This record gives sequence, structure tokens and C-alpha cells, in this order.
Amino acid sequence: MDLTLRVWRQAGPDAPGRFEEHAVGDISPDMSFLELFDVLNERLTERGEEPIAFDHDCREGICGSCSMMINGQAHGPELGTATCQLHMRKFADGADITVEPWRAAAFPVIRDLVVDRGALDRIIEAGGYISAPTGSAPEANLMLVPKEASDAAMDAAACIGCGACVAACPNSAAQLFTAAKVAHLGLLPQGQPERYQRVEAMVDQMEELFGSCTNYGECEAACPKEISIDFIALMNRDYFKAKIGNRRLAAQR
Amino acid sequence: MSDVRLDAHAPAGPIADQWDAHRFGVRLVNPANKRKFDIIVVGTGLAGASAAASLGELGYRVKVFCFQDSPRRAHSIAAQGGINAAKNYRNDGDSVQRLFYDTVKGGDYRSREANVYRLAQLSVNIIDQCTAQGVPFAREYGGLLDTRSFGGAQVSRTFYARGQTGQQLLLGAYQALERQIHLGTVEMHSRTEMLELVLHDGRAVGVVVRDLVTGEVTSHSAHAVVLATGGYGNVFFLSTNAKGCNVTAIWRAHRKGALMANPCFTQIHPTCIPASEDFQSKLTLMSESLRNDGRVWVPKQIDDPRLPNQIPEEKRDYFLERRYPAFGNLVPRDVASRAAKREVDAGRGVGPRKNGVYLDFSDAIARLGRKVIEERYGNLFQMYERITGEDPYEVPMRIYPAVHYTMGGLWVDYNLMNNVPGLYVLGEANFSDHGANRLGASALMQGLADGYFVLPNTIGDYLAPQLGEAPVPTDHEVFRAAEREVDERVRGLLAVNGTRSVDWFHRELGKIMWDNCGMERSTASLDKALGEIPALREEFHRDVRVLGEHETFNQSLEKAGRVADHLEFAELLCIDALHREESCGGHFRVEHQTDDGEALRNDDDFAYVAAWEFTGVGSKPELHKEQLEFENVHLAQRSYK
Repeated sequence: MDLTLRVWRQAGPDAPGRFEEHAVGDISPDMSFLELFDVLNERLTERGEEPIAFDHDCREGICGSCSMMINGQAHGPELGTATCQLHMRKFADGADITVEPWRAAAFPVIRDLVVDRGALDRIIEAGGYISAPTGSAPEANLMLVPKEASDAAMDAAACIGCGACVAACPNSAAQLFTAAKVAHLGLLPQGQPERYQRVEAMVDQMEELFGSCTNYGECEAACPKEISIDFIALMNRDYFKAKIGNRRLAAQR
Repeated sequence: MSDVRLDAHAPAGPIADQWDAHRFGVRLVNPANKRKFDIIVVGTGLAGASAAASLGELGYRVKVFCFQDSPRRAHSIAAQGGINAAKNYRNDGDSVQRLFYDTVKGGDYRSREANVYRLAQLSVNIIDQCTAQGVPFAREYGGLLDTRSFGGAQVSRTFYARGQTGQQLLLGAYQALERQIHLGTVEMHSRTEMLELVLHDGRAVGVVVRDLVTGEVTSHSAHAVVLATGGYGNVFFLSTNAKGCNVTAIWRAHRKGALMANPCFTQIHPTCIPASEDFQSKLTLMSESLRNDGRVWVPKQIDDPRLPNQIPEEKRDYFLERRYPAFGNLVPRDVASRAAKREVDAGRGVGPRKNGVYLDFSDAIARLGRKVIEERYGNLFQMYERITGEDPYEVPMRIYPAVHYTMGGLWVDYNLMNNVPGLYVLGEANFSDHGANRLGASALMQGLADGYFVLPNTIGDYLAPQLGEAPVPTDHEVFRAAEREVDERVRGLLAVNGTRSVDWFHRELGKIMWDNCGMERSTASLDKALGEIPALREEFHRDVRVLGEHETFNQSLEKAGRVADHLEFAELLCIDALHREESCGGHFRVEHQTDDGEALRNDDDFAYVAAWEFTGVGSKPELHKEQLEFENVHLAQRSYK
């Protein structure tokens, strides 16, 4: 295959960015999209040009490192697929492909296609956990968890934290990421004691860092793990209940 | 001879009581004094994240470093199949004793009994802990935990969360870590790579790190340093490891005097997608759990031109079931890998490059229905389809062995402390529990046992006598000297300005290692590798091309440092493989095999841990031996027939 790549180059967070065009020939359809970049970077290095920076690690769609906006779509054209699992056979020979970093105010560009997604960690830090200090856990089978609840929690817990939902959203909102964690923990019996504090703390932190949700639904379409926006509805309901419930408790103090 | 003395500190007394007795024997730091101690943790996989979170909960001041952009991305996340625990929920004869026995046997009798028994004991606590954190383990309809069986065991003791068990366990540990970060007990430094261990008076007192975004080199001091930096499988270039996995942290510690144990014990995983072309950047694992329902076979006829579904039953050779009727498709990984290699070497390989064997689900789909198979392995089947473009519900998968896990690592005692005082090593980075071969679903168990339950209980013993002592200040000469070394090394890599890329050297190294020190090793092949590695290393330092600068985000520079360390480490791996004149577990020497091609151990001469001391690059390392005593498991040739 012969392709034309237009790739975003940016030397640093404050440097101006620009598109750089590369004709990349002799590409196998069995290559992954990241292997295409490996090959291009090898050729750039041979020519004495600095290789393109991009985040990647596991290359099997689970670590959430890779993050490329491909022809305006987060992780490219194939549904439910992270960039590392996207293969060149999904593109036509001779295609023009534009590659950009995730674009969101909360994700400043570090270099080229690499962005800082630390804001997602801040949301988890605010309350995305069940407080269970090591050693204090009861025997695991003492608590029955209905299979349906466990399966639904797992559907939400499959989130890999890549940030595609934010990148795809016209508002750069992080509702799907946050809702996935709120739902994972809130659907399980173990998560009940902190359920309402958790959702309030996480949503408030999210609102501080990210844009607001206006129900475009782009996040669900971009998600490499196909996480459902139904979880956002669940989060909104819990948040609403928390705002009322937590306030009443505060008044009783 | 140097003055290194190996003392495993393995407790005396009946094995079932040792961990209890040991915890009673160690010194403690009282709760109010814990905040007076600084601990550095490098790595945020299962072992590092669970250790950092648990130490933070205890009240220690913890600093954590990882090279990824977030602690949630460490490669533990990619573990698919499950985690073992001796709960005996299935009423099928499991017990702590049996998990202990299976692990020692599976490891081909090259692990330390005391450590393994403790691991089996702690396995049950891990499941409790992770369930309380909200890990969504698979459930029965009644709401109880589900289990499945795994290679090397005849009981069903593997707990799982679909095909994403590693992800869910890591997120549990990561969330516990984030909670401590929120509470202020843990300070997190992501995109920061450890490049040097710092010693003072022979003790580990800190690390020198490089900020991968700005290139800034800084020192951090502490009362103890914990390395949980994973394995070195990427010395083979092509492996199932993430691209970032590397040997640098443990190799830097080794260069400072930390002994490296059994580096030749590397695991080749039987079920990976076969390599396709030269551009291939990594190999993808298909979970071993697939062998529960999939049947492995090759056509009996060499170069059978028919599609797999058109080959009749009597023309198929289910070689694992034929050779190992008792364990069948569930033999341990090393046994399954070598059996597949034998078929492919004999010309019966399948696929366009004849470099795989079939893993067939048609019987299971006929027996259980497509829906059940989808529920069990849906994401794995999808991953396979993405990569190969073939639908495994319709056509058998093609699989072949690939480098997956490394049992060797820095030597540790029963407390998980290295011979360098104050240096602790956890998870895959240490050598401790798996002997010469790790059983499936045991890596997650070991990482979490080390981090959640072992280290928090043993580290106090080292810290307690230091109460009142401040850590060595980072402006001390030992830190300054280490910073200068790091700076010089980094600038040296940039200054070469040769003609070949870092990846080119890494691929070449991988070829040498896989061809000569992979699934089979011989004196001749190892001698060949030991000739080629120093030459390649020399060429690397003469001809590598690393573009860009030190003071910026520079991925080629990161890779160059890691490959430089792999080029030194690879030699040690081959030296260890050459010295071990026996076949055991993942280490198969062609000179040492039974008449029917099984591994032939030599317990008289090699029932020891080989712990190597660094004496300089290119200079022969010094061997120290920790003799292994087997008082609770009878030494026997492994049989899965």
C-alpha cells in the first residue's frame, strides 16, 4: 500500500503546531496503525529527521496509552477498536490519512501526538475507589453479588482510560469516563456505603477540569470498549440523589 | 571471592507455621513512627501499586515512580486469564498444601519452599481483598464467585474477570493507590524513569530519575527502595510484553551490587498469535484459559493443502492429548510450548508461514453453544479477529509459543530484601516463587501477595532500627556522583550520532537471543550468542543514531538507554544458561533430555539458585549459590502423562 500521511507536529506545550506531510510507500495491509508509525519513524531517523512522538505500550488494546485522532475520529474508523488494534487493511490503497493528537483543554499537548491525560487520574483520586484498607477484607463469598450486577459492573469497568470519549466530544466532556467508574463501583454491593459521596466528589472534580455534557453521544461511538452512555444516565441520577441526600444529612448535623 | 553472603532468612519449624512465626519475630515500627520513614517505590504494576497503597495506608511516606503517563497503565493490565487461590470453593480437593505442591512441581523444583508455601497461604487473602475493593470477578447465578481450571493443575481454582483479570486487579490496586495520593501519604511521579540506584555505606538510600517530559535529572532519597519494575522479556525484542517493559531498573541495581538470580529461567507461552512479517513490533498472547475449551492439533500429513475444517478427524493429530493423556491440553506452559515447536520443526506447522498449530473450538461450541464460548472468551476472540482478519468461531485459531514471562530476577530473601540492605524487590522483578517455570494465573497472585501482604509485614524489620535517622540528603556526594553518571550516559548516547536506529539494534539482539537462547539452548548456540552479543553492543555504542535532545520529550533516547542495558544483560542471561547443565522448566538444554524428549533435571549438581554478582561489563560475573532444600515436596521428574 502507498499512503499519504498528514501528521501533527508540535515541539512542546507552548510551541506552535503544524501539519507535516509524508508519502509512505510499501506498507503491508497486515500492519497495525502503530506499526505504520514505527516504519515511518525508522525512515525519518534514517533521513536524520526527528521521529514522531506518540504514546503506546501494550499494543493489545488494554493499557489505554495509544491516542490518535485519525481522519477526525478518535482511534480511527473501526468501531470498538483502539489505535493499536486498528490494521491497515481497513484503509484503501492510496488513502490520505490525517493524524492529530487528542484535542481538549484538559489534555495539553506534550509533543506531537502525545498529550497529558493526568486530569483523568484527578477524577479517580477524588473518589473513584472503595475504601478497603489492605487486610481488613471479609471472606469473599460472605457477600453475594447477583450475576447481573457483576456483569453490568464489569461492562462499565472495562474502560481503559484512554480519553477517546473526551477527544470525540465537541464539549471535551469526561462524562463517559467518569460514569464508567461511578457505575462500576455503584452497581456492586461493596460500593454502596460510599456511593453518594463518591459520585458527588467525582462529578464535582470532573466539572472543574472538563467541559459539560450536552448529550451528543459521540463518546459512546468513539469508545474502543463500547461503553454505553446509559451509564451517564445512571451517574446523573445518582448525582441528583446525592445532591439532595447529602444536603439533607448536612442540615441534620 | 567477594564478601557477599547469601542468607535466605527462611524460617525454621513446620512449613505451615513459618509465616506466622516469622511475623512474630520481625521488628515493628509503631503507628505514630511510620510517618517518620520515607520509602521509594519504582513501578506501578500489581506489585508496585499494591505495595505503595498498603504502605501509605500504614502511614509511611511513600514516593512512587512510573515511566507510563499514568500508574494505571503498567503491563499487569494485560494479564488475561485469572488468578489462582486455594479457596477450595469447588470442593474438588484443593488446599494450601496442594497449591504449594503444584507451584513447586510446576516450577520444576527450583524455587524456595518457604516462599511458595507463604504464597499459597496468602492467595486466599488476595481474593478477599480484591473482592472488597470491587473487582468484578465472574459470579455464579447464586451470586457466589466462579472459578475455572488452568494449566498445571487438576483442580478449578482460578478466579477471573472475563478475559481482563489483570486489568481489573490492577485497577483495584491503582484505585487504592489513588486514594492514598488523595490522602497525601503517597506522592506520585508519572512519566519518570529510574536510571540509577544510589548506595551509601552499602545500603540502598535512593534513586536518580529522569523526567521524561523535560529531561530533568533529579535525586530522591529514602530509608528504603522498593523495585517492582517487572520482567526482562523484551531482551528478545519480540515478546508479549508491552513495548516499554525493560530491564533498566533491575540492571542498574545489579551493577551496583545486587545479585541477579536465575536469569536463564524465561517462560515461553504456548498460545500466542504467530509472527507474520518483519515489521511486527510485538506478539499478542491469547490467554491460556483458552486451552480449557480449545483443542490443540496439527494435520497428520505434512503440507496438507486442505482448510482446517475440511481435514477429517482421523487425519488430525491432537498431540497434547495423545502425549499427555492425564493433563491433555492443560499441561504446563513449557511442556505445551516445546510440543508445539516439535510439530512445527517436523514440518507440520500451519498457516501461511507454517509457523503455528491449530487451537480448535468447534467441539466446545458444539457442546456448550456459541453463547457460552462468547461469554467466556468473547474479547479474546475479537482480539484475534482484529489482528489476523480470521473469525475463530468459524476457523480454528493459529497459535505458536512466544516469550512471555521471566522467572529470574533480582535475588531476594524471605523478607523480599536483596543482598543490598534496604533494597526490596517485588513481583516479576524478583526471582522468588516460580522456580524454572511459572504456572498460569500465578503471576497476578505473586505480584499481589508481595505488595499487599508480604512487604508491609516485613519492611518494618529493616526500618525499625533506623528510627530517628534522617535519609541521606540528596545534595550528598553519592547522589551528585550518580546524577553525573546518568547525565554522562544520556549525553553519550546522543553524541554517537551513528547510522542505525535504536530499534534496529534491538531487533538484532532479539534475533540472537531467540535463535540461540530461546525455547532450546545448546553449548554451541550459547557460545555463538556470547560471541555475537558483545560485538553488537560495541557496534551499538559506535553506530547508534539517537536524534533530538536530552532536555525534551525524546522517545528514541528513552529506548536507547533501555536497549543499552538489554545489551549488557543479555550476556548474563546466556552465561547463566550455559552454566546450568540441565534442563528444567523453561530452560531446555538439548544435551539434557530423556529418550522421549522431556526435560532432564540434574538435582545432584543444580538444585540451587544461581545468583550472579556484577564484576564489570564484558567481564565474567561471579557465581553465588543458594542451595535449595526440599523437605516438604518430594523431588521427582515431572510427569503430566
